[in-house]
Amino acid sequence: MPDHNVQIGEEAVLKIRKLDFFYGDFKGLNNVNLDIARNKVTAFIGPSGCGKSTLLRTFNRMYDLYPGQRAEGEILFNGNNLLDRKQDVNLVRAKIGMVFQKPTPFPMTIYENIAFGVRLYEKLSASEMNDRVEWALNKAALWGEVKDKLQQSGLSLSGGQQQRLCIARAVAVKPEIVLLDEPTSALDPISTAKVEELIDELKLDYTIAIVTHNMQQAARISDYTAFMYLGELIEFGKTDELFVKPRVPQTEDYITGRFG
Amino acid sequence: MNLYTRRLLINRLGIGLSMLAMVFGLVALMWILWILFSKGFSAFSWDFFTQDTPAPGTAGGGLRNAIVGSVMIIGVTTLVSTPIGILAGIYLAEFGTTSKFAATTRFVTDIMLSAPSIVIGLFVYALMVVTLGGFSGWSGSVALSLIAIPVVVRTTENMLRLVPASLREAAFAIGAPHWRVSLSITLRAVKAGVVTGVLLAIARVTGETAPLLFTALNNQFFSTDMSQPMGNLPVVIFQFAMSPYDNWVQLAWGGALLIALLVLGINIGARFLFRQKDKI
Repeated sequence: MPDHNVQIGEEAVLKIRKLDFFYGDFKGLNNVNLDIARNKVTAFIGPSGCGKSTLLRTFNRMYDLYPGQRAEGEILFNGNNLLDRKQDVNLVRAKIGMVFQKPTPFPMTIYENIAFGVRLYEKLSASEMNDRVEWALNKAALWGEVKDKLQQSGLSLSGGQQQRLCIARAVAVKPEIVLLDEPTSALDPISTAKVEELIDELKLDYTIAIVTHNMQQAARISDYTAFMYLGELIEFGKTDELFVKPRVPQTEDYITGRFG
Repeated sequence: MNLYTRRLLINRLGIGLSMLAMVFGLVALMWILWILFSKGFSAFSWDFFTQDTPAPGTAGGGLRNAIVGSVMIIGVTTLVSTPIGILAGIYLAEFGTTSKFAATTRFVTDIMLSAPSIVIGLFVYALMVVTLGGFSGWSGSVALSLIAIPVVVRTTENMLRLVPASLREAAFAIGAPHWRVSLSITLRAVKAGVVTGVLLAIARVTGETAPLLFTALNNQFFSTDMSQPMGNLPVVIFQFAMSPYDNWVQLAWGGALLIALLVLGINIGARFLFRQKDKI
């Protein structure tokens, strides 16, 4: 039995307990237990196919879109089990936002890209909405670059700007948690640096869970790191400790580049 | 002969054959257009658009009643088939991906796509003309809608299937309900393609003759009453072209050219629109 060490000694916003995940008959996650600390960055690392994206996609029930995929166990979010059938998934997703690997601006103006999600759950006046759009774009460090072209298509931006637009869009609905699924793997180094700086600021207000292929990135930006392998959580702990002094040999092999 | 020259020759042969095939297709189209223009253009005049179809043996006349009738029948067809076709397409692509009902609908739509239009005409004849006691513009629109709807359904579904899963997921990830994702995000992403589908469906039914023969029939006089037999271009062309009167034959050529230009215009418009799909 791998060492799970689920307790983190901080306030946990998500508590994952005995989580199993199935793609049809294939078991993608096996008995995952961990806590996600509030206002901290938790990184998930591991080789391709280890289940880190699968795990992230259980937090907002993204897998619900695909028949045949199912999760068992508990994910407690402020005391409620997210996996409960009665849970309203749309409300969950409004509270737990997500940004994907490839930038996915909606086919509308930059302004509408932000306002679309806000309108779903709040009734704001025109000036309040303007303020919210500006606020969200500021949060994503994009306001300065787009403030004169809010009525242009979101698709007209560069890849890095599009990704920050997606972050602004996720932040605009004021979620508690922001899930980032390899948010920089399609970006150039400069855009990557910008997004990483952004993550550092966002954690003041939000809890961040990030999946990354890039171990250096995990070491740079996260407070906690979870190492996964073959659908199991192998090791979980403070990033400083996990990278400097891993307790499990497999973790050490991975972070020193011996496999993966 | 070494391998390289051999390959080069085969390549040239392939290109040559494809060029020949292209020329063949293009020549046929140009020929049709040329004949239509040379025989039909002289019919275009002020009277052509302002006079109604002449009685046998009367000189002059135009196609006003047929043009107006066609526009009205096709207008109603468009109004009916666009919402039904788009909504059904959305259902097939977004909601019924795995359901049996959707699979059946898809199958039936495919059959309808290739159903002979004369069969559809007869069907509506039995369904509406016989039971309601007469030919009418409405029944013409119903018959044309039955032809147009499958086209719109199929294009809408195919377009929506091209939307990357990542965009759909992103919309769900923000907490949008399913119907909202479909209408505001995915349908919007393929708006140009869907409009193209509608335009192509209109182009397709504009020239349909057989369904109207049994439904709208024809009307020698100007009428905007959709519950009565209605003049329309395809049937007028059909009747006039086979008549012994020179001025009728001339009007038929003019009508044929008019329809060809309309369909050509719609197709070019659809292509133009489709090319702009990246804009909002």
